[in-house]
Amino acid sequence: MEDPNDHEEKSPPVKAQKPGETSALEALKALGAGFATTLRHLWRKPVTEEYPEYRRTLPERSRARIVLTRDPDGGERCVACYLCSGVCPVSCISMQAAEMPDGRRYAAWFRINFARCIYCGLCEEACPTAAIQLTPDFENIQRDILKLVFEKEDLLVDGCGKDKTYNFYRWAGVATAAGGKGAHEREAPPVRVRSNLP
Amino acid sequence: MFAWIAGIVLLLAKIGVILAVVLVVAAYLVWVERKLLARMQVRRGPNRAGKFGLLQPVADAVKLLTKEDTVPAEADRTIFLLAPAVVALTALLMFAVVPFGPPLTLWGRQVPMVIADLNVGLLFIFALSSLGVYGVALGGWAANSKFSLLGGIRGAAQMISYELALGLSLVPVVILAGSFSLVDIVAAQSRVPFVLVQPIACAIFFIAAVAEIKRIPFDLPEAENELGAGFHMEYSGMRFGLFFIGEYVHMQVLGALVAVFFLGGWHGPLLPGPVWLLLKMMLVCLVLIWIRGTLPRLRYDQLMALGWKVLVPAALVNILLTGMIVLL
Repeated sequence: MEDPNDHEEKSPPVKAQKPGETSALEALKALGAGFATTLRHLWRKPVTEEYPEYRRTLPERSRARIVLTRDPDGGERCVACYLCSGVCPVSCISMQAAEMPDGRRYAAWFRINFARCIYCGLCEEACPTAAIQLTPDFENIQRDILKLVFEKEDLLVDGCGKDKTYNFYRWAGVATAAGGKGAHEREAPPVRVRSNLP
Repeated sequence: MFAWIAGIVLLLAKIGVILAVVLVVAAYLVWVERKLLARMQVRRGPNRAGKFGLLQPVADAVKLLTKEDTVPAEADRTIFLLAPAVVALTALLMFAVVPFGPPLTLWGRQVPMVIADLNVGLLFIFALSSLGVYGVALGGWAANSKFSLLGGIRGAAQMISYELALGLSLVPVVILAGSFSLVDIVAAQSRVPFVLVQPIACAIFFIAAVAEIKRIPFDLPEAENELGAGFHMEYSGMRFGLFFIGEYVHMQVLGALVAVFFLGGWHGPLLPGPVWLLLKMMLVCLVLIWIRGTLPRLRYDQLMALGWKVLVPAALVNILLTGMIVLL
């Protein structure tokens, strides 16, 4: 006989379930929740970014098409040292070194095969003169694969790229038109030994 | 003599119209599915081929027709070529007994709006779905590939298991309508569609039919991300296209059958009969797409357990209850 003054909460008899098992009713409710979710999503605005009409801004140092830069004084930075082609994992860079009359090295021809280039940036890291750099321009599609082989004329740009001040030949220890002995950056003029004599 | 020729012409006209409608709707059902699934996944569907991507089915057809037609080296050539045809054929033939409107009166003659009013229409449908198993099993076997074989075996076993539940769930419908002919079944729903009287049978039929046509959540035989396309893996070009279209024709058949057995067929106010049938068929197809966007795939043992241990007993109990209520 139930005591009307009995205020103890009497929970309804719970069906003994193994932990982790769901009852049929719970399963049905979960199913319904799933269907309701997909139905709700029908009314959400799609998150698709439609490519050619909308172009996402890439991060600043995104690596894509390679360019050869010039130094602030207008000369080509590339000294054809073969470091970039040596480090390239897919061997897509080739060049031929040559020397100008004043002693400055340059590349007689410089070729990058963009069908192989993987835009890894190792050449940019290896370059001692900050000549070869990667830009965020990734839209280089050609129907003819041979049109993806870029020569020096296609790669050379008129600007300084990412490094606005570096001119290798103003620091290097060779005398070229950019500076003779003693005229380089942070270099003192050569000591006139005879002026030290008493 | 003249009546005989007129009969043939009328028959050919009905067949032509139904084939045309079914195939065009199948092609655009693909478009609807891709767009709807995309929207449920918060993305756009195809929208580059023509406005809203409406020419996508045409683009797909061109693509499939221009692809290389490969037959695997050790494959059984004849069966390999026949299997997709069996699948598509059995699906299309099921439309032969579906009534799509009230009988018309043309030039003083009663023209039944059904290609073939068989008095065993229901058994014809079961026979065709059983023959459809051949297409899957043959396709999986003939390709001479382990994945295909696994997919084909699973598909055949799945279809055979769920055919039991399919058949048993329709027995109460036959009891209530008093006939195996689909025309009579539709006529018996002129006032109340059977879904209200037989909700359990409708649910069992729907689930069993989704398993028959191997749609998600029962699509392990074609398991695109698991079995590498299963029994139709080795098919390329238009042969794959035939399997693909066969699947979408099957979806429409399922829609039409649910409409005929449970939703009242072509009955409905205001609009003409065929339009109502089309609307009900599309409603079922939309629900199928909704299910595809929501549920994960059932593992094979879960699938077989559901078919044998849940649906068949439930269908049997339903038959008993219906019989009792009808007798009382």
